[in-house]
Amino acid sequence: MNGLGIMWLRQIKKYWRSRSRMIGSLGQPLLFLIALGFGFAPIYQKAGGGNYMQFLAPGVIAMSILFTAMFAGIEVIWDRQFGFLKETLVAPVSRTEIMLGRTLGGATVATLQGIVVFFLCLFFGFRPASIIHLFFAFIFMFLIATLFTALGTAVASQMEDMQAFPIIMNFLIMPLFFLSGALFPLEGLPTIIYYLTRLNPLSYGVDGLRGTLTGLTSFGLFSDLLILTTITLLITFIGAYSFSKIEI
Amino acid sequence: MKQNSSETLAISVKNLTKKFKEFVAVDNISFNVQQGEIFAFLGPNGAGKTTTIKMLTTLLHPTIGTLHVNNFDPIHQQEDARKSFGIVFQDPSLDDELTAYENMEFHAVLYHIPKKLRAERIQYLLNFVGLWDRKKDFVKTFSGGMKRRLEIARGLVHHPKILFLDEPTLGLDPQTRNHHWTYIKELNKNEKMTIFLTTHYMEEAQKIADKVAIIDHGKLLTQGSVKELLHNTQTKTLEEAFLKLTGNSIREEHSSAKERMRTANKIWGRK
Repeated sequence: MNGLGIMWLRQIKKYWRSRSRMIGSLGQPLLFLIALGFGFAPIYQKAGGGNYMQFLAPGVIAMSILFTAMFAGIEVIWDRQFGFLKETLVAPVSRTEIMLGRTLGGATVATLQGIVVFFLCLFFGFRPASIIHLFFAFIFMFLIATLFTALGTAVASQMEDMQAFPIIMNFLIMPLFFLSGALFPLEGLPTIIYYLTRLNPLSYGVDGLRGTLTGLTSFGLFSDLLILTTITLLITFIGAYSFSKIEI
Repeated sequence: MKQNSSETLAISVKNLTKKFKEFVAVDNISFNVQQGEIFAFLGPNGAGKTTTIKMLTTLLHPTIGTLHVNNFDPIHQQEDARKSFGIVFQDPSLDDELTAYENMEFHAVLYHIPKKLRAERIQYLLNFVGLWDRKKDFVKTFSGGMKRRLEIARGLVHHPKILFLDEPTLGLDPQTRNHHWTYIKELNKNEKMTIFLTTHYMEEAQKIADKVAIIDHGKLLTQGSVKELLHNTQTKTLEEAFLKLTGNSIREEHSSAKERMRTANKIWGRK
C-alpha cells in the first residue's frame, strides 16, 4: 500500500465506523422522496409527465452523492482544525498523491451512499428500466462523487476555518442541487434558468444517472459522459493544485 | 571552536530570513546543530521559533537564506529531507477517529516502511512510550499526555536522524513532563538521535540541552552551551539569562522599536 492507498483506506474506515452518520444522512433523501415524491406525483401525472417517483429518484440519488461528496472534500478544513493535515503534509509523499487519495476515498464513500439511497428509492416504488444499465449508473455515480469531492477539496483548501462552512452550503451546494434538473425536467425553462442549468455540471450527472436508470435523458448519455468526465478531470486538477498551495 | 565540517552537521542554517508580506518573522539567523546534539531553540511567544521549524521541516519556504537538514536542502530535496527527520508538532496532529495502532500504521505507510517491518517497529515503539496496551483504543479516548507520547512514538517510526519537538511538554503535568524528557534523553543517548526542541520551560532546557539558541523578534540573540551563556550573561540559571536577554515585558503583538533597541543594547553592551 502507498500514500494514495492509505488516504483512501482512512476515508473508508471512518465511513464504516460512523454508521450512525450514514443512517442520519438518509434523512434528507427520505424527506425529498416522501414530501416531493408523493406530493408532486398527482400534478406531475396530470401534466403528462408520467410517474414522478421514476423521475425524482435519480435526482435524489444524485443529491445524496453531491452532499456526501462535498462534505468529504470539505474534511480538509476539519483536518486542518484538528491538526492531522500537518502529518500528511510533512510526509515524504507528494501532495498530489495525498489529494488524489483523499478524493478517491471521499468519492468511494459518496458512491456507497448513493447506492444506499438507490435501495431506499426501490423501497418507495422506484424501478430501474434495465438491470444491465445499472452498471453504467454506478459509473455516473462515481463520476459525480469524484467531481464534487474534488470541488469540495479545492474550496476547502482555500479556507482557514469552519466559519466559511455555511457559505459553501448556501452559495454552492444548494444552487448546484436546485438548478440541476434533479427535481424538474430541463425542457421548456425560462432563458436564465435554461442557461444556468446548462452551466451546472451536476445537470449532466443527474441526466446521465436518469438516462441509465430510467432511459430518459435530455442531453444523451454520450454527451453526459463526455462532459462529466471532462469537468471531473478539470476540477480534480484544480483541486490538486489548490491543495498543493496549502500553507499551515 | 568545534570543527564545522558539514559531515557532522545535522542542521545548518545560513542567513535565514522569512517575511510574511511586510512582517519579518525570522530575520537573518544562522546556526549549526551538530549530529547527536540536543539543541534547545528558545524564545518568547511569537519570536519566530515555529516559523523556523516550519522552514526546516519543508512546510514553509524561506524568503532568503540557505538551510540544510541532514545535508539535504528542504526546498530542492524535499522528499529526502522529509524521510530524514521526525517531528512532533506544537498542536496535536493525530487522527482522533483512528486507533493508536492505526495512526502508527498510517505513518509507516506514508513513510514507505516495508510491510514486513511495520508491525515489529510499531510494537517496539508503542512499548517504548508505554501505549502497547492501548493500541486498539481510539485516540479520542486518550489524555493529553498519552496523545503526546503517541506522537513521539509516531515520529520515530521511520528511524529519523533528527527529531524536531515543538513544545513537547506544553500543558502536561510534571510527572508526564519528566517521563517525556527521559524518553528524549534515551533516544539521544541510545540511538544517537539529534534532538531539536523548543520549550518555554527553562529549567527543563537547562537540564537537557547541550546547546541553546535564543531568538527574539526573529533575531538570534545568542547561541552556545548553557555554561557559556550563563557565563556571558552573568546569571545563575537559564531562566535568568533568558529574561535578561529578552526583557520582562509580556509579548502580545510585535513589540515596540524601543524594546528592540533595549535588547540590542544589552547584547552589544555585553560584547
